[in-house]
Amino acid sequence: MGKTLFEKIWESHVVVEKQNGPSLIYIDRHLVHEVTSPQAFDGLRMNKRKVRRPDLTIATMDHNVPTNDRSLPILDQTSAVQIQTLEKNCKDFGIKLFDINSPNQGIVHVIGPQLGITLPGTTIVCGDSHTSTHGAFGALALGIGTSEVEHVLTSQTLWLEKPKPFEIRVEGKRKNPHAVTAKDIVLSIIKNIGTGGGIGTVIEYRGQGIADLSMEQRMTICNMSVEAGARAGLIEPDEKTFDYLRGRQYTPKNYESLVDYWKEHLKTDSDAKFERQFTLNINNIAPQVSWGTNPGMTCDVTESIPSPDEFSKGDPNQKKGAEKALEYMDLEPGTPIIDIKIDRVFIGSCTNARLEDLIEASKVIKKQKISTNVKAMVVPGSQMVKKEAEELGLDKIFINANFEWREAGCSMCLGMNPDILSPGERCASTSNRNFEGRQGTGGRTHLVSPVMAAAAAIKGHFVDVRELDLS
Amino acid sequence: MEPFKKVKSIITPLDQVNVDTDQIVPKQFLKLVHKSGFGKFLFYNWRYDKNENIKSDFVLNDSKYDNSKILVTGDNFGCGSSREHAVWALLDYGFSVIIAPSFADIFFSNCFKNGFLPISLDQKIVEKLQQELDIIEVDLETQTIKTSSEEISFKIDPYKKKILLEGLDDIAQTLQFEDKISKFERESKVPSVL
Repeated sequence: MGKTLFEKIWESHVVVEKQNGPSLIYIDRHLVHEVTSPQAFDGLRMNKRKVRRPDLTIATMDHNVPTNDRSLPILDQTSAVQIQTLEKNCKDFGIKLFDINSPNQGIVHVIGPQLGITLPGTTIVCGDSHTSTHGAFGALALGIGTSEVEHVLTSQTLWLEKPKPFEIRVEGKRKNPHAVTAKDIVLSIIKNIGTGGGIGTVIEYRGQGIADLSMEQRMTICNMSVEAGARAGLIEPDEKTFDYLRGRQYTPKNYESLVDYWKEHLKTDSDAKFERQFTLNINNIAPQVSWGTNPGMTCDVTESIPSPDEFSKGDPNQKKGAEKALEYMDLEPGTPIIDIKIDRVFIGSCTNARLEDLIEASKVIKKQKISTNVKAMVVPGSQMVKKEAEELGLDKIFINANFEWREAGCSMCLGMNPDILSPGERCASTSNRNFEGRQGTGGRTHLVSPVMAAAAAIKGHFVDVRELDLS
Repeated sequence: MEPFKKVKSIITPLDQVNVDTDQIVPKQFLKLVHKSGFGKFLFYNWRYDKNENIKSDFVLNDSKYDNSKILVTGDNFGCGSSREHAVWALLDYGFSVIIAPSFADIFFSNCFKNGFLPISLDQKIVEKLQQELDIIEVDLETQTIKTSSEEISFKIDPYKKKILLEGLDDIAQTLQFEDKISKFERESKVPSVL
């Protein structure tokens, strides 16, 4: 019987296989950042262990870094200590670091592909759940905890239970691909399969709807696999994949021979069997807006806030969750989504802060200003994205519309740096999680696409961007 | 790691589904560079209001659960961020077992690295356990939970069980396969980054 792409990558990385239980899997790429690594390096020191493969390990600082003027000192002392700790750890253990002043600094899942570090058919880990992003390149990319970071640093391997392959087919064609985006596709998927729907699986996204997407859009899809509970998300590499990685700073010298190998080997066989399947037809999907406190609590922009009964479909636990979410979000069932007024807009994060995201968002502006009741910011995913956007003049478009234009980092996606919501503030955010307090204690997050976020900034409330001229 | 011993305690019922790691340890506490002392941040925004006063309606603030070592909760516990701080906080607060119908994958694997036992049981059994007022006993050796009225068995991967029961250093176990790792590296086609 044929094999799935996931099974092929898995099998080519097994170092030790046991009859029952986990296998020891070799890790080809390890990405490190400041928040989940200090205790791992401490563990190495305590046990007098070394980093086995510094040449397969890359570090940057993204979660904690301020996004305002980089020439100023970091005011938050605990953040400063964490950043200095990463500098010291990288120096002591011989790891390449893109520090706060590097032109390559940025969100780890944005810079990996941009630098050509992410490669098809590889295993990639990082102490961050959104490592699933790299699956867009046909890599098996897993988020891990700090103990596992330590394990990979010292052994370049991980003990892993083999996840089950889950096929999600995205079929059809969007009528207006500028208004209905990859973000809307993945939010629709999560809305349908639920936030726990992918537990224990690796999702492989397939079908015309995926083939039609650019690499940056595919990254948005794979990024949010973890919000459906999946261990990873994966897309078969094609010419778009190979073109994207060609000629980048760390693309391997023997790239073309690797491409030949990948073309032959990195495919799901036609007779391969998936444990689970789900199909989404995107012919008629609408822009999505989350209304609750997990990404599954999402509806079409044309809909109204559901009642807990409507949402839970008879499941008492889901009903209780929806009631709690509505209370936290201060929303009434029956309120049309387009009547929800917002205070803040955040365009950023490893989900939606790549060049295409910023280009698409900028098309909404058309010399308008953001609503006087709204504060809005654009935080490019990396310093490279920022530079490319500035070369296109996007910074001026946003600044003239009264958006703040910031330096690269995770920023208000999780609010570890000073970019946070105040209690009660409502934000249209292009990030990935609408959990309670995620963007700031008491803050209320609505997940949307970059186009939807930019339009909300201008109108001061949500709008159906299919009604706008996005040329 | 300390070997995992039998646990006898009353349970703390946290009757919620999809509890994410942002709730277990909010992000402002992730800036520390050590593993200790995270218990005081556990469920911080649910335990304290914005003026840092105790919220009396949250279950952990009910003094009868002060010495509980077993948290019983809903589906998909530990979803979201990979932060291992969530497990460090639960342990430091005093929990050593967590029971739920399902767990998020990364959280689940983080538990075993810290001598913390996650047990996944059928939804109906979990709901019944949440009502249990007496002391229960969790025995990893025999893979059983004893309540006042019944004995419930649970499944666990034998390798993970051994790691917990013997308090083994996971990395030391792996390094015994050094020859196999080296052999894999010699045969690997994947180029270095640098």
